[in-house]
Amino acid sequence: MTDTTNKPPTEAVLAPDVATPEVVPAGAPQRKPASLWSDAWKELRRKPTFVISAVIIVLMVVMALFPTLFTSVDPRDCNLLDALQPPSSEHWFGFDLQGCDYYSRTIHGARNSVAIGVVVTLFSTLIAVTLGSLAGYKGGWIDSVLARLADIFFAIPLILAGIVLLNALGSKSVWTVSAVLVVFGWPTMLRLMRSSVLSVRELDYVDAARALGASDWRIITRHVLPNGITPVIVYATITVGVVIAVEATLSFLNVGLQLPAISWGLMISVAQNRILEAPHLLFFPGLFLSVTVFSFILMGDALRDALDPKLR
Amino acid sequence: MTKVTPLDTAYDPHRPDTGVLLEVRDLEVEFRMRSGTVKASNKVSYHVDKGETLAIVGESGSGKTVSAQAIMGIIDSPPGFVTGGEILFRGKDVLKMEEKERRQVRGDRISMIFQDALTALNPVFSVGWQIAEMFRKHRGMSKSEGFKRAVELMEMVNIPSAAERVNAYPHEFSGGMRQRVMIAMALALDPDVLIADEPTTALDVTVQAQIMELLAELQQQTGMGLILITHDLGVVAEVADRVSVMYAAEVVENADIGELFERPYHPYTEGLMRSLVRPDHKGGRLSPIKGSPPDLLAIPSGCPFHPRCDYAQDVCRTDDPPLRVIEEGRSSACHFAEVFSDA
Repeated sequence: MTDTTNKPPTEAVLAPDVATPEVVPAGAPQRKPASLWSDAWKELRRKPTFVISAVIIVLMVVMALFPTLFTSVDPRDCNLLDALQPPSSEHWFGFDLQGCDYYSRTIHGARNSVAIGVVVTLFSTLIAVTLGSLAGYKGGWIDSVLARLADIFFAIPLILAGIVLLNALGSKSVWTVSAVLVVFGWPTMLRLMRSSVLSVRELDYVDAARALGASDWRIITRHVLPNGITPVIVYATITVGVVIAVEATLSFLNVGLQLPAISWGLMISVAQNRILEAPHLLFFPGLFLSVTVFSFILMGDALRDALDPKLR
Repeated sequence: MTKVTPLDTAYDPHRPDTGVLLEVRDLEVEFRMRSGTVKASNKVSYHVDKGETLAIVGESGSGKTVSAQAIMGIIDSPPGFVTGGEILFRGKDVLKMEEKERRQVRGDRISMIFQDALTALNPVFSVGWQIAEMFRKHRGMSKSEGFKRAVELMEMVNIPSAAERVNAYPHEFSGGMRQRVMIAMALALDPDVLIADEPTTALDVTVQAQIMELLAELQQQTGMGLILITHDLGVVAEVADRVSVMYAAEVVENADIGELFERPYHPYTEGLMRSLVRPDHKGGRLSPIKGSPPDLLAIPSGCPFHPRCDYAQDVCRTDDPPLRVIEEGRSSACHFAEVFSDA
């Protein structure tokens, strides 16, 4: 052994390394720790696409939760005398065929659309993250079974499955529509989660954690999930928008929500017969729908850029 | 040729019975892949005692990391399987332990540091959190206690302004500092054995020396056994007490460090030494070992080293030489160990 072992460690060992710029000078204020997430947040706040989409999404969610904040008119208090009246300064969005205030109905329509979008995404993500990490981490037959199962569902187009199942089910509430969309929505995310876990699993820090005595559960929750979930979060954000659009499509095709429920898809569906006569019936719910869907997709894009360190 | 004493269990008969911490006996590891079954560890045996540094030396693909992975239980299975042998920690076979008991041994009693500390640290948690995790998980400490100990450890491995840096994330540290963090984590629970798998390969030469000195110093303080896996004979010369040289998944030579450099008993070891860059050879040419390490899927017949060996004879092409004792404390797997080294 060299003579350095007898010296105090501080002198012997670290001389040149101390010179690296990372060293905090004595007395420097303690700086806030940065993580991938806080860095991402810093980056997001500066991004106009994120700010715009976030504002719209928050607005839509508030609208869904508290529609009365935006309108005091009851969407079901209708007067046939007002039927199909075009927008005016008093009634901005005009009236529908039944003489109901169309602004109020559009506002109240947010609830079902947003609820389905959020519920479907939440449950699909939960299923996908759980099964995806299980499949990716455990591998073997569990992986084979889950991946093939996902493939089977993946092969069936969402709209087709929705039409067939909802027709067969008969009852078409927010819950049944959501359930059908969840059943056919999780496979894509499972594949995403699985491949992400597969790549994280091979990294050294997972081996290191195991070598330092971590259990499987701990490795999954502390190492694999936090590092592998980013693409799923991004995809889930986009999925909210996609699901809202699919719900509208199903309602338009008359297999989604049914009157007297209020939803944008349903409003567009009813409007289709009178497009030339009363274009505002199509325009307003269509506008709300596309702006909401667009915002979620925009948000997904912004998140992807911010959470991917390679794009910084 | 002198009398051959075959070494049936590569369990070293010269070593006194006291102080043995970790012993690997006839370890066999296979990787079963589509292209065939690879024997990545073929009857590998070694041991490390208290306060001792054992260096395991070999080229990439010689299987030197595999035995360490087997000790830690981090071989990906499938495709990897431990098919034979024993890994005795304080006399108890870790391969036969229940998962729960084994988990208590690893990290706690036997710990490991990796080649690239950037990839061996979780990027989404602060280093303090990751060190504190060791105390919380294994010792049931509270979060604040764990962080307090983390700062102490970071000071122990000479990370400047540890108290300020405890909340920093791995990517905010330089390579050398990250390796120090990794060492702090591995030493958190005062392990009996530390396995260092190429701990300095990813670092600058100056930082390499610091890390090796740090390891040597910590070893003196704690009396732990250190298994140093490396391809760098220069590093070995500085810190190791004993050396096991590996080639094509087998141990081909065991020796104390001084004797090894004085007189290698295996042509491969000699080749490794000849390819070292040395100041006294200035102006001359390096003489690397010709050829490249064998594909473990197609290990040559006879002695696996014969296609690259300057001393190869006919018998080398047909008979695989067993690891045998040459003299006190030395063994070699060469038919002509004594002959060639006299030349």
